[in-house]
Amino acid sequence: MTNKEKYVNAFTETFDITEEETKGLQYSGISAWDSVGHMSLVAALEDAFDIMMDTDDIIDFSSFEKGMEILSEKYDVEF
Amino acid sequence: MNFEEMLQRTPYSFSKEEKEAVLTERLSELTEKHRVSCPPYGNILRSAGYERGRIGSYKELPFLPVRLFKELELKSVPDDQIVKTMTSSGTTGQAVSKIYLDRVTSANQQKVMVKIVSDFTGSSRMPMIILDCPSVVKNRLMFSARGAGILGFSIFGAKRIYALDDDMKLNVEGLKAFLDKYRGQRIFLFGFTFMIWQHFYKELVRLKQEGITFDLSDGVLIHGGGWKKLISEAVSPEEFKRCLTDVCGLSHVHDYYGMVEQTGCIYMECECGHLHASIFSDVIMRRPLDFSECEVGEKGIIQVVSTLPESYPGHSLLTEDEGIVLGEDDCPCGRKGKYFKVIGRLKNAEIRGCSDTYAEKFR
Repeated sequence: MTNKEKYVNAFTETFDITEEETKGLQYSGISAWDSVGHMSLVAALEDAFDIMMDTDDIIDFSSFEKGMEILSEKYDVEF
Repeated sequence: MNFEEMLQRTPYSFSKEEKEAVLTERLSELTEKHRVSCPPYGNILRSAGYERGRIGSYKELPFLPVRLFKELELKSVPDDQIVKTMTSSGTTGQAVSKIYLDRVTSANQQKVMVKIVSDFTGSSRMPMIILDCPSVVKNRLMFSARGAGILGFSIFGAKRIYALDDDMKLNVEGLKAFLDKYRGQRIFLFGFTFMIWQHFYKELVRLKQEGITFDLSDGVLIHGGGWKKLISEAVSPEEFKRCLTDVCGLSHVHDYYGMVEQTGCIYMECECGHLHASIFSDVIMRRPLDFSECEVGEKGIIQVVSTLPESYPGHSLLTEDEGIVLGEDDCPCGRKGKYFKVIGRLKNAEIRGCSDTYAEKFR
């Protein structure tokens, strides 16, 4: 599985949405991505990429696209 | 200094003068914003004789009684911008406060809370033991204060386990496995004071008699929610700490004071046993007769101000708690700002607090 696939999977499985729906998705843009969902998403991403995110990055993780930016810049995940 | 600039500063770095200037600017701005956007609040200001130009210090701004949020729906944003509604903890049959959050306020609450807590625990995330049951966070649309507290602190948990099941029974096997797995790492524990005493501490004492022990000497515990029940059982804060150290080695224990009406701006207890106000909020003790400000060392009713509430007019509130300011900018722990202690609830005040409302079931 490519990193992009893993990343998309974390979203589709955590929030029970399709790959199409992940594009442009924002924090609290759907009911599943609330503060509870956010921590589940972080856990899924941390497991998928074997990383531990900083609290600041968890807070800044405000959209599907922003998350990719954070993971590639700070956690060496290449997309 | 705008709010974004404040977020770049460390949370206990302002001296008295700097903090007074920053709070006066920000809280005056919030008062004006809510006056315009929340008509019931505007009416209250008018009848309180508020005049914008005459405010020289944030201490002169009007304050709302905290229970007003039970009686009125106070919000300063249109309904479609509300992303979360939080409710206060209350005993059965008691009215609850409803606090309406938009995206900005909700995000700022989390940011500020992380900054404050990191000052005590460090910013790295740790394996986390939640000393409560998982069902508390099940209803995601309506957040109880208890669930919100757990969730807010969960950001510090790298891996998480709930120590109690939904019948509030300690999950001994799960806890053992968790501690074995993360042995050697610093463990973060969070819970509410009475639940910790009743369902964790007492159970550990019982298990110890059976020869089952836990080593939490690497742990750091943060707890809050009120002392009422424990004080009635004659358990003082010092006793609470000593007992936890005795039974499982846990020695880093911090109490906090906070309320759902001003989520995010919590007041953490330092190594010297003092509660501290960060740069994002403040406490002012008021004399009950004329609401003038108490001297250092004088008991009064606690007013709390917070720089966070943008979606509801909760930036200046009079609580139903009593407290004493112990000093300002000179706590031996090195943190600036006021440090204080909470004495307890006003006589005849409602019971509230995540710990105290739950404890009502054990009368």
